[in-house]
Amino acid sequence: MPDFAPGTRVRVKDDWPERRGPCHIRTPHYLRGRTGTVHRVLGHFPNPEDLAFARPAPKRTLYHVLFEQPPIWNEGRPGDEILVEIFEHWLEPADAAKEAA
Amino acid sequence: MSPPARRDSVEKLEKLIAALKAKGIITEEELAERQAQTDRASPETGARMVARAWLDPEWRALLLRDGTAAAEAMGVSMAGAPPLGVLEDTPQRHHLIVCTLCSCYPRAVLGYPPHWYKSFAYRSRAVRDPRGVLAEWGTVLPEGVEIRVVDSTADYRWMVLPMRPAGTEGWTEDQLAAIVTRDVLVGVALPKVPTAAAA
Amino acid sequence: MGGATRFRCTPVERDEEPPDAFGKRVDALRQLLAQKKLMTVDELRRGIESIPEEEYLTLTYYERWLCSITTLMLEKGVVSAEELR
Repeated sequence: MPDFAPGTRVRVKDDWPERRGPCHIRTPHYLRGRTGTVHRVLGHFPNPEDLAFARPAPKRTLYHVLFEQPPIWNEGRPGDEILVEIFEHWLEPADAAKEAA
Repeated sequence: MSPPARRDSVEKLEKLIAALKAKGIITEEELAERQAQTDRASPETGARMVARAWLDPEWRALLLRDGTAAAEAMGVSMAGAPPLGVLEDTPQRHHLIVCTLCSCYPRAVLGYPPHWYKSFAYRSRAVRDPRGVLAEWGTVLPEGVEIRVVDSTADYRWMVLPMRPAGTEGWTEDQLAAIVTRDVLVGVALPKVPTAAAA
Repeated sequence: MGGATRFRCTPVERDEEPPDAFGKRVDALRQLLAQKKLMTVDELRRGIESIPEEEYLTLTYYERWLCSITTLMLEKGVVSAEELR
């Protein structure tokens, strides 16, 4: 899994494991598929998705990722932001070509 | 107001505790001690951490760099506790803390979360309408200040280091701590300097 | 829960009461069981999330915790259903 440096544009995977069976996901619904910027690396922590079912939980990199707030629900003040802890396996590099389209 | 627990819930709790005790898994002493320890945690700790940061640049740097170490230095045992992160307000940016997924809260330095922090209304609106939520507390940010809402989704617990308000020049740490309320540390309020001179 | 439209206009009820005796005891129990490695906070959350919505909405905050803790203890065989009757 690639490391994301602060400042990297990343996209939260538009994945919905909830539809496939019992799970415990700590990536908010309102961020799925959204693009943000890595603010900083917070550390490495056991995957809560595994801890929740008492499975062996490998450590994953936890990122603090910054999102513009107004586009999410099409309301709010320009410049307002949301900062969220997201695990590495939920992030992929934002595709600049897709974004520009 | 949150409703009181129903009697059948209290009974269910005591049945579970009795079963656990019967198997030697827990004791009443352990339970009482753990509750007492939790009761001792208080937002006065967070307030003091902020007041000290307003007076001491080295402490401020530690607080922002390593909130967990700062809490330990305040005498709070952080062994087994989630790491503490402190978010620095600036003249351009104000922070608001929420846990949309459940109710994660920096209990070690703030005590029990208030009921409103755990409510559906707060959890859902803080990320979508933060200024509306602040308005319910009568909090209006100065023009040009952006809000950064911090959603506690994983291992960290967060508290706000607000800006030191004008009108507090020469104040002692005690005086400063007194205006840093729990609501200020969560970010729904700003520290208020009393306008009337106290008797 | 973040941004849920059905709560978009719901005022935040300013309940400042600390947890009642029941809540504090459930809270202490959870911490103790976690300290003894019998459950994690992640399992607690998963248990709460799996409460059927109808039941979820009728339970108070700490009643949901108790529901989840009980389910976990049964699931792991720490206690049996007979012992809780």
